[in-house]
Amino acid sequence: MGWLGPQEWEAVALSLRVSFWATLVSLPLGIFMAHALARWSFPGKQVLNGLVHLPLILPPVVTGYLLLLTFGTKGPIGSVLQDLGIVLAFRWTGAALAAGVMGFPLMVRAIRLSIEAVDPKLEQAASTLGASRPWVFATVTLPLILPGIIAGSILGFAKAMGEFGATITFVSNIPGETRTVPSAIYAFLQVPGGESSAMRLVVVSVVVAMGALLLSEWLARRAAKRMSG
Amino acid sequence: MTLSVDIRHAFGDFTLDVSFEAPPGLTVLFGRSGSGKSTVINAVAGLLSPETGRITVEGKTLFDRAQGIDLAPHRRGLGYVFQEGRLFPHMTVRQNLMFSRWFRKGARSDFHEVVEMLGIGALLDRRPLALSGGEKQRVAIGRALLGDPRIILADEPLAALDEPRKAEILPYFERLRDEVSVPILYVSHSATEVARLATTVVTLENGRVTGQGPATGILGDPMLTPLGARAAGAVLETKVARHHDDGLTELSAGGVALFVPRVAQQVGQPLRIRIAAQEVILSRSRPEGLSALNILPGQITTIRSGAGPGALVSVATPAGILLARITQRSARLLDLTEGASCYAIVKSVAIAPEDVGGPDRVSKAL
Repeated sequence: MGWLGPQEWEAVALSLRVSFWATLVSLPLGIFMAHALARWSFPGKQVLNGLVHLPLILPPVVTGYLLLLTFGTKGPIGSVLQDLGIVLAFRWTGAALAAGVMGFPLMVRAIRLSIEAVDPKLEQAASTLGASRPWVFATVTLPLILPGIIAGSILGFAKAMGEFGATITFVSNIPGETRTVPSAIYAFLQVPGGESSAMRLVVVSVVVAMGALLLSEWLARRAAKRMSG
Repeated sequence: MTLSVDIRHAFGDFTLDVSFEAPPGLTVLFGRSGSGKSTVINAVAGLLSPETGRITVEGKTLFDRAQGIDLAPHRRGLGYVFQEGRLFPHMTVRQNLMFSRWFRKGARSDFHEVVEMLGIGALLDRRPLALSGGEKQRVAIGRALLGDPRIILADEPLAALDEPRKAEILPYFERLRDEVSVPILYVSHSATEVARLATTVVTLENGRVTGQGPATGILGDPMLTPLGARAAGAVLETKVARHHDDGLTELSAGGVALFVPRVAQQVGQPLRIRIAAQEVILSRSRPEGLSALNILPGQITTIRSGAGPGALVSVATPAGILLARITQRSARLLDLTEGASCYAIVKSVAIAPEDVGGPDRVSKAL
């Protein structure tokens, strides 16, 4: 990538890595949460629903600070993880956690909508044909909500690529470790002569976002075509 | 192989309290909507858990509140044909048909035989969205069959179809009844379907069983008209005697000749026909110079007067019990009383083709 300078390339590679892991790790949890919110009734469901959506409406800086309090080395979960040898604060893994948390509500929303669109009568039919609950989910529900899962993943990924406030509050802006594309753009704009670097990263951001959108459209169309073919 | 059901369940101000047995062959749960038919079939399927009671199939307990047994639907060995088909849209017809094989490894029914019987060989690589309503239902029947069910359930499988599609699917249920040894529980509110398909009828009204027995006996009973007198009709067991050149088929019913529009069955084959009560005219003397071809002598067994101007009269004829729906005024003018002799008159063309059914070998064998 001769077009991008080493620092810029570092930021792009880090952002892709952070977003990839943020999406991959939060996806199973997102599917589970969407299924629980769409299909189960349990006490405290509304509270859980609120918690999932909280990062969407809280100022990102507040979410980042809460993450620091919880997952920092002195925080209740962070100290336990540290004893196990896992440190999140001021590491790229922490950036992935922040990006995942911020993208989670968008992901859950998209998947939940697709689960609510699945006719429970089809799942009943599968159970009368001998499929246990996990198998009904794997053979009927999951394939039917695939377009929603794809949409949710891409939304989550795009959100992770753009996440700034929670990331910089939780894991700061360390080159090569936590300086993702948005942090890098911000940093380049703080120094004289950094505008051209910032501009190149802006172009990269636009291309990645556009590519993600086109990919999701294409995948959704393919899924719809498979159903009617 | 017999299904036995004895359950009670209350929801809101509706109480279901039913007890019946479904022997081999096809048992129709017959009643108007809201009578509790679907609740019963869903309890058998395990999609609904009754408050108390017991459900067993050939000695295997599916549900027993007292013993704390309530098998999940996937453990009950079901083949359920739903009203709307409920085919999986993301699978091909072949994958839909094979679905239960993934979970019931021991299933032995022959894929090609079932596909051939239902005439769905050309559809195997299509997807459900590209099928017609009748094709969907045939695939749904195949899907239920291929899992080697202990019992087949069908919840108004024809209700969502138009008349020609109904006529297309009915014969497949007749074949199922005659060729499959497991009990079939079939929910319906159509007198035609009962007349064509039922080996046994269980009539339901307001969550209670009001009658159960062989189809001919139940449908000829004027006290049991779950859909009201307007839809009442009796079923006669006949044999095809002759095909005439003028488009009529002569049936023999207990030694009496009956003429109906040409049927496809061969001479000598047994045939069930349903004669709607409102198509039957009664006369005290043998009518002369009448265009109607079917005149059956008989004796009045019961007269049931309703709240309106009508009365439902059952007449014992050599062909079997016939139901006639006449006005109370006619009954009075003709001096029709129980025990009186009379003639029942039926126009040939009044016997609807969809009310003429194929042989019922199972009930013959019982």
